[in-house]
Amino acid sequence: MALQSLDIVRRSATTLPSPEVRGAHTGQVAKLIDVTKCIGCKACQVACMEWNDLRDEIGTCTGHYDNPPDLSEHSWTLMRFAEYENPNGNLEWLIRKDGCMHCADPGCLKACPSPGAIVQYANGIVDFHEENCIGCGYCVTGCPFDVPRISKKDKKAYKCTLCSDRVAVGLEPACVKTCPTGAIVFGTKDDMKQHAAERIEDLKSRGFDQAGLYDPAGVGGTHVMYVLHHADQPMLYSGLPENPKISAMVGLWKGVSKPLALLAIVATAFAGFLHYVGIGPNETDEKDEEAARRELEKTS
Amino acid sequence: MSDRRDIVRYTAGTRINHWIVAISFVLLALSGLALFHPALFWLTNLFGGGVWTRVLHPFIGLVMLFAFVFLAAKMWNDNRMQERDWRWLRQARDVVNNREENLPDVGRYNAGQKLLFWTIVLCLIGLLLSGIVIWRVYFSMVFPIWLIRFASLLHAVSAFVLICSIIVHIYAAIWVKGSVKAMTRGTVTPGWAWKHHRAWFREMSKGREPK
Repeated sequence: MALQSLDIVRRSATTLPSPEVRGAHTGQVAKLIDVTKCIGCKACQVACMEWNDLRDEIGTCTGHYDNPPDLSEHSWTLMRFAEYENPNGNLEWLIRKDGCMHCADPGCLKACPSPGAIVQYANGIVDFHEENCIGCGYCVTGCPFDVPRISKKDKKAYKCTLCSDRVAVGLEPACVKTCPTGAIVFGTKDDMKQHAAERIEDLKSRGFDQAGLYDPAGVGGTHVMYVLHHADQPMLYSGLPENPKISAMVGLWKGVSKPLALLAIVATAFAGFLHYVGIGPNETDEKDEEAARRELEKTS
Repeated sequence: MSDRRDIVRYTAGTRINHWIVAISFVLLALSGLALFHPALFWLTNLFGGGVWTRVLHPFIGLVMLFAFVFLAAKMWNDNRMQERDWRWLRQARDVVNNREENLPDVGRYNAGQKLLFWTIVLCLIGLLLSGIVIWRVYFSMVFPIWLIRFASLLHAVSAFVLICSIIVHIYAAIWVKGSVKAMTRGTVTPGWAWKHHRAWFREMSKGREPK
């Protein structure tokens, strides 16, 4: 796996470029989740558990189909079920496989203070290297999709890796391999967009006028994309954000303010030094002591 | 050399209190800057690595805050701004050029020190409140994400203002000779008090016998 380091194009908290002699010459990868084909069987969740050796706690029924109720350090992907009554009065069951979107401009990576705890590969996958994670949770703060989870046990951040280990050796992610309806497909981003376009055309011919691809530009596009029947209302799909982007507050906190603040701190100290050299210290001399003595005698 | 005529400016208790705050501040600034800018991440080595830095920082923060409450309570009244303080500030040019003879008489603290005091108070309130919100292990889960983002920014801004202010504070102690001794041994010479804090000097001299 060591050679995989040559495929890293961005490392968190690193100001200089990473070794990136290799490129993704075969194109960047993407996972396409066709929500319209999903039957909610959760096989992807099971495959994810199996491949990644994860076992979440057995919870209790919370009154809806989501199981477990939320993403966690042990559940890197989760089917979210939403019931939507469309304008025709019909019920639609919108099931979205939630998990890391692998943004081209990842908010987690931008926010992370620990060098190399979050990396982005040339193929577009955003991966956490937990051995470098310090558990501050800034990735949670930075993520526009509420994906990373901090383990209660080891205080490290975890999320979907897009099976970077499988992809590195030419396999598709475990969830893709297992999906029985072909709702999840994997390939180069270009191919996936083309495939999505065909699917959208088909959906439109079946009356879903607003069918479309979810590849939000606000985060530079994502390497996990959705085909949605209601691409104009992504919020219907258990709160999929309409125009996700790195929050302006995170942008300010982790952007220009970093070098500027450091510069201002150094400048403040330097101004003090210049003052000392230019104007000099303010000293108390014998005349002052004498004046003080006189005044003390006066008051006595 | 200590002189029997020296004036006590800070009692041992206040001095110890000040240095607890000061040492915690230095540790907090180093660990905080380590997580603020990648170029300073190596500072985490001083604390036993990145994880230890993340663990220790908030607890040291509580120590600083707790200690500062006592220090602030003691100094609160002496730091109220008065009419002459605003005049002092308008003559900042005389201040930086060491022309103290042109300035209005100064009480226990000058206007610069007072402003610094209130800046520290404000920054520490900001740091405490935002620090709790971004203390991931214990508290972040109860706050909405927008508040965590705002708190992260507020924490950085308050810390930045505080660090710059403390640099000014430290420099002022180096600049005005005789000040450091007030905080290490507790006393200043009568000449120092007469020159820099004349109103305070007169107040003090009323209640003491000349020797």
